[in-house]
Amino acid sequence: MPFKDIKKEAIAQWEATQNSPNPRILLGMGTCGIAAGAGDILEALKLELEKAGIQAEIIQVGCIGLCYAEPLMEVVKPGMPSVFYGNQQPELIPDIVQDYLVGNNPRPDLALGTRGENTLEGVPQLFELPVLKPQVRIALRNCGNIDPTSIHQYIANGGYQGLINALKIKPQEVIDEVKSSGLRGRGGAGFPTGIKWQFCHDAPGKTKYIICNADEGDPGAFMDRALLEGDPHAVLEGFLIGAYAIGASEGYIYIRAEYPLAIHRLKVALQQMRECGLLGERIMDSSFKFDIKIKEGAGAFVCGEETAMIASIEGNRGMPRPRPPFPAQSGLWGKPTNINNVETWANVSAILQRGADWYAGYGTEKSKGTKTFSLVGKVERTGLIEVPMGITLREIIYGIGGGVAEGKDFKAVQTGGPSGGCLPASLLDTPVDYESLTAAGAIMGSGGMVVMDDSTCMVDVARYFLTFTQVESCGKCIMCRLGTKQMLDILEDITSGRGKDGDIELLLELGGAVKDGSLCALGGTSPNPVLTTIRYFREEYEAHISERYCPALSCKSLVTYRIDPEKCKGCGICARACPAAAIQGGKREVHVIDQSQCTRCGTCLNVCPPKFGAVTVASGKPAGILSETVVAGEKV
Amino acid sequence: MASTVTTVVEEEKVGTIAMTIDGKEVQATKGSTVLEAALAAGVYIPTLCYDPDLTPYGACRLCIVEIEGMRGLPTSCTTVATDGMVVHTETPAVNQARRVAMELIMANHHGDCLTCAKNQQCELQKIARYLNIEQEHFDRLRKSTQFLPVDTGHPAFIRDPNKCILCGKCVRACHEIAGVGAIDIAFRGYAAKVSTMGDKPIVESMCESCGECLARCPTGSLLPKRTIQPTREVKTICPYCGVGCSVYLGIRGNEIVSVRGDEESPVNQGGLCVKGRFGFDFINHPNRLTKPLIREDGYGKNIEVDGNFREVFREASWDEALELVASKLTHIKESYGPDSLGVLSSAKFTNEENFVVQKFARAVLGTNNVDHCARLCHASTVVAALAAFGDGAMSNSIADFAKADLLFVIGSNTTECHPIIGRIIRQKMESGETTLIVADPRNIDLARRAMVHLRHKPGTDVALLNAIMHVIIEEGLHDKEFIAKRTEGFEELAATVKRYTPKMAEKITGVPQADIVRAARLFAKADRAAILYGMGITQHTTGTDNVKSLANLLMLTGNIGREGTGFSPLRGQNNVQGACDMGALPNVYPGYQRVNVAENRAKFESAWGTTLSETPGITVTEMVDAVHKGKIKAMYMIGENPIMSEPYMSHVKQALQQLEFLVVQDIFPTETAFLADVILPAAAFAEKDGTYTNTERRVQKMCQAVEPPGEARPDWQIISELSGKMGYPLGYQNTAEIMEEIASLTPIYGGIHHDRLDSYGLQWPCYDELDPGTPMLHVDKFTRGLGKFHAVEYQPPAESVSESYPLILTTGRVLEHWHTGTMSRRSEVLDKLNPNGVIDIHPEDAFKLGITDGDLITIASERGKIEAPVRVTDKSSPGLAFMAFHWHESPANALTNPVLDPVAKIPEFKVSAVRAVLSVLDRASQDNEFFAKLAENPAEALKEYKLSDEEKAAIMSGDVRKIESWVGKLDNRLKEWLIARLSQEKW
Repeated sequence: MPFKDIKKEAIAQWEATQNSPNPRILLGMGTCGIAAGAGDILEALKLELEKAGIQAEIIQVGCIGLCYAEPLMEVVKPGMPSVFYGNQQPELIPDIVQDYLVGNNPRPDLALGTRGENTLEGVPQLFELPVLKPQVRIALRNCGNIDPTSIHQYIANGGYQGLINALKIKPQEVIDEVKSSGLRGRGGAGFPTGIKWQFCHDAPGKTKYIICNADEGDPGAFMDRALLEGDPHAVLEGFLIGAYAIGASEGYIYIRAEYPLAIHRLKVALQQMRECGLLGERIMDSSFKFDIKIKEGAGAFVCGEETAMIASIEGNRGMPRPRPPFPAQSGLWGKPTNINNVETWANVSAILQRGADWYAGYGTEKSKGTKTFSLVGKVERTGLIEVPMGITLREIIYGIGGGVAEGKDFKAVQTGGPSGGCLPASLLDTPVDYESLTAAGAIMGSGGMVVMDDSTCMVDVARYFLTFTQVESCGKCIMCRLGTKQMLDILEDITSGRGKDGDIELLLELGGAVKDGSLCALGGTSPNPVLTTIRYFREEYEAHISERYCPALSCKSLVTYRIDPEKCKGCGICARACPAAAIQGGKREVHVIDQSQCTRCGTCLNVCPPKFGAVTVASGKPAGILSETVVAGEKV
Repeated sequence: MASTVTTVVEEEKVGTIAMTIDGKEVQATKGSTVLEAALAAGVYIPTLCYDPDLTPYGACRLCIVEIEGMRGLPTSCTTVATDGMVVHTETPAVNQARRVAMELIMANHHGDCLTCAKNQQCELQKIARYLNIEQEHFDRLRKSTQFLPVDTGHPAFIRDPNKCILCGKCVRACHEIAGVGAIDIAFRGYAAKVSTMGDKPIVESMCESCGECLARCPTGSLLPKRTIQPTREVKTICPYCGVGCSVYLGIRGNEIVSVRGDEESPVNQGGLCVKGRFGFDFINHPNRLTKPLIREDGYGKNIEVDGNFREVFREASWDEALELVASKLTHIKESYGPDSLGVLSSAKFTNEENFVVQKFARAVLGTNNVDHCARLCHASTVVAALAAFGDGAMSNSIADFAKADLLFVIGSNTTECHPIIGRIIRQKMESGETTLIVADPRNIDLARRAMVHLRHKPGTDVALLNAIMHVIIEEGLHDKEFIAKRTEGFEELAATVKRYTPKMAEKITGVPQADIVRAARLFAKADRAAILYGMGITQHTTGTDNVKSLANLLMLTGNIGREGTGFSPLRGQNNVQGACDMGALPNVYPGYQRVNVAENRAKFESAWGTTLSETPGITVTEMVDAVHKGKIKAMYMIGENPIMSEPYMSHVKQALQQLEFLVVQDIFPTETAFLADVILPAAAFAEKDGTYTNTERRVQKMCQAVEPPGEARPDWQIISELSGKMGYPLGYQNTAEIMEEIASLTPIYGGIHHDRLDSYGLQWPCYDELDPGTPMLHVDKFTRGLGKFHAVEYQPPAESVSESYPLILTTGRVLEHWHTGTMSRRSEVLDKLNPNGVIDIHPEDAFKLGITDGDLITIASERGKIEAPVRVTDKSSPGLAFMAFHWHESPANALTNPVLDPVAKIPEFKVSAVRAVLSVLDRASQDNEFFAKLAENPAEALKEYKLSDEEKAAIMSGDVRKIESWVGKLDNRLKEWLIARLSQEKW
């Protein structure tokens, strides 16, 4: 069937759904939703709808990004407001079905927001909520709105128009379009996408390859997963456009095997593309031919590095190799190869659908468009967000994120995953763009954003991230394998009270050498968390080393838990809760912690009733002098 | 691994560029890396992971430099030098980064340099010194506390991961040079280490023990178990296979303590296989013959000598021994005529010695009955290729294999039998530049890498090749111009192969027709195709026909006389080519000059001042029969072990027992020597000098490295002295003099003199002093003029399967051993690596026979039987058993068929009908007739024997306890087998 007809059919289907007299329920069934219990909600919904005898369509959609509100569902009842219900529980489903679908009460008490023309008294419009209002959804344009397993829904929403537009013009013109959009690689380094394509396009050779990097490995990052689960075709359309532009007829999607749902969605999408003539020979009746293979990664972080990814696809151990030659000259199987990440491809399809000028209308002068982030950590509203470049960290954390969780104080934000840096409160007004973040010592990275409150020890954070990069080092180059190990050893010494004078200087020296001397970006950026925390939180390092004092009271080796005999009522709660059985004391007797048994887990502090506040934690030397004391339930 | 990095090295290295290194203007080869340019210009840059033979790796970060206009500190090993580049190799930033890298390594390095065998040869140590690293520098760093287990299980070397710096040289050498990939870097982060598959000990991995990793390890992480430092080195040629690798022997006192490949050698370029690297210790084996030995009176030749060797033979002086030999030979010659004597020369000793031996046979003994083991390997090649091309040798050079677009390997397990050539093929396959077709009944290593594997039945080569040619001619893919200009006999060939349709060939060979067609098209369409073959082609009754078919295929497609093409019989022994060249053959004088041509005879008669026999002699294989018939009364065998190497062992043994007089001259008391009357101790390869000619006709000089043990002497000296005692003094002072005589009488060696043989040797034909040798034969013209096609019809092998012998046994070799094991079995490392002969059987056959992997089985043909453990493997095909012939404990040649190719007289080693049974079953069956019947055919046994109902029921229900009460106690394995057998029977 010609694509024209497929599109006509898709639009007709979509309109029929939109205009159907039956209600529709859009349920967020990304991995995040499922983890939050969306599966149970689905079962409950089916049961209740059947019980109530209601003909309703349940559409499983991808993640809309409101992680804090999962499981999340949208109930669309013709002629009534479309209502989002967050934090769903199976017990609530009968009420919503009965009240809203059988009756006409949309239960504003349970609603998170509404969408569309019909509004609901006392319930805000979802996209007017502070969490969504500052966002601009380009890559995530369809996530949560369409059924990701339906190519027709994608097509009905403008999908594959970008490919049609691309095939009408020459590959060079496609590259020019991408160049003028100002799009930069969303994988982290921010290399201009159009220029990258140009290299590969210009490289001599008949056979060229194109790779979609879906090896999202940063701890705390899930943008690519959500995108592939929620709107795979947006990525695949961009991938096809790229293939056409550089002249590749074979592409690989390198995806983590830990993303089974995303892989499944991709496989479904590829099958649909084949059925619609979007893969194989003569795509859309043009001379363009292209096919895609999925290569599942085995869980090595370093395989996100281009040359390591190529080695892995070739069947070798995923280890980076020096550049030049760049993959654009000699990549997969020694042929010119272009690699971009998932989000970049989703932007490409949008750019070709709506034009470079439209896209370049967002963002800053040098960083155009939008960027997705997974906003996590000690923030009130965690989630997957997409914001225009240039927005400040403060706007993201306090506006979209709703500020630091549990009313605590902001301490730092870590951007760019394990290779990124930690920025302090004084830099909260830094605009989020490639240049500003780099200047501050952090990086944009692929979009992890971890907010930390004042209970976080910055030395320990550096140690944590370095543990990750050290374990994930491929072991090839000395700087990365041994340099990060040496730095980690030093950080472990510091956080466990064995720090020495000169350790900070040694960390800086080693950090510099690892940064300059490593073979690939994994090694080259791995000291960033250490270097930025020393830069902005040096006094914490010094306190650890010279006073054996952890200001955040977080490093176990440096803290002591005690029970104030004057305040202890002998209730026994702490003794019962202590997992190490380190607390002794009879009923109505003052309890004592046996320091030799105490594992410093903090359970006693947490369980001691606030009205007693008998448990205290302290850090510093010499032992016994309490530099700062935290009493259960409150801060002194 | 290779493919991603190749562009760096594959840049065209033509022309020069100008660049500045440390302020010095230098010229560099275009396309070279900055490091290569610097090293060439005499600027030292420290490196730990760079090796000129391996792809750049960029891991050690020591070779970093600053390059003007380039960001950061690029690694010079991976950066291509460009015109006008300005490089600084020692700036503060560079030195600082290098220092940190070195300190990191050293803080993590285990070991006390003083007790490390790598001390003073350790690259790490050298660079630490160069960078002036001092203790205090890395004292501020945290020291490693990790200790990883050391792998000491390999007989030749130790792997100590604690001294490993992960430079990756071993891994790259294993992948890129050896083409094996037994090791790789495993795990991540600080835990990363060089590991085998599953982190098992290296001996349990797919490691082929070639030691290329060992040769490249910059630290003491990979160390040979023998680490004695030599005081001097001598360059010579490896005494194992016909590849002819050049080696440096490290000598301390009078002992070989180390071996390394010669990097200058055009043959092996520094590479060695397991035999070449670890297999020379046989020289010092206590069993070496050190004194002449004479058989004591009263010990008949039918006794088992093995255990009481010293009792049966007594030591004698050279004089006494040679007097005895001289008088006996003279006596027999006078009594029965010269043709009652037979001489076996050797493919293991030098050209000079072969020349002397055949001269001794012809001029002193007066017979042309001189032959050697080439009869058993490439006799058919010599006959067929002489007929087709006019020359019996390999047409091109080893280096040509790397230039071919397509390699067709048929009947050659190259990676095991000619490892250094096998390695070239693997490297070509890895690079993806060459197409490989393998025809072999077994699923050999190369078959796994081939585009097409033609798994034909043993002995069906002619049908297969004819069908390939059928397709080529049918599809018009033959080289018409070449055929018209350079060949004759095409019409006859075309008419014959016309009948060999792929369909018909499928029936004969078992190869699917589609594969035949595919192979034919690939071969014909390749611009440059070469054929490599071995014993799989030659050791058949149709060996000559097989080789002729290969010659046909090459000429049909014009694949001869050009670079990257050609006819490549891979010669098995170090000097088998030379032994043939030297006329150690019954029908030709040196240089293939026929003995029955009067003018040839006249030339040699005048040179040697004696009359020579005009009757061509008889071959090795015919000599055995001639002894049985009483025609040959005495034999003189040098460096040959026919008991083990000839087919039908018991027949050969009987013949040798029957001889009136047998002299064996060798380095060890071989199985054959036990039957001798006189044993003469010879010098081994490293104990003498001379020349060897390798498979590509390259005459290479070998040099004496150590003194022979005891009174052992070089073979040419022994023969010379004996000749003198028989009234014909040869008078040679040294081997160079012998070569002068060879050159004067042998046109193809006319220009070969010892002083011309530098590290490259010379490839014959080399007609005179100015002739640079001939790397390629048949360039514009075949040696015989026009190439001749021979229309050949398929003939089945002499023996086929029967009910009693339902399996076909094919024999061959294994990587670690060589020939009859005289040398390799006495090498500690080689024998430990592969101590037992095993029989390969396909899982299907094993299932049918109730045999499981590791069972001791008895394998029998009409001619004998042997016992060996079984390996159940799909490397074998259904119906096919395979065994190598190196083990005297289980000699495969006890089974083989002595039937001969009618022209070349080569036996059909490759096809013998055999049966295989569990050894315990075989023994039990011998003891008990009823049991034998029961095991063979339970249902029949039930009918044949009068059995009570109770007994019948016991058998049918598999009640082994009861059966034991009649047939006697059964072995546990046998009980298991019997239960399985009886349960399978349909009563």
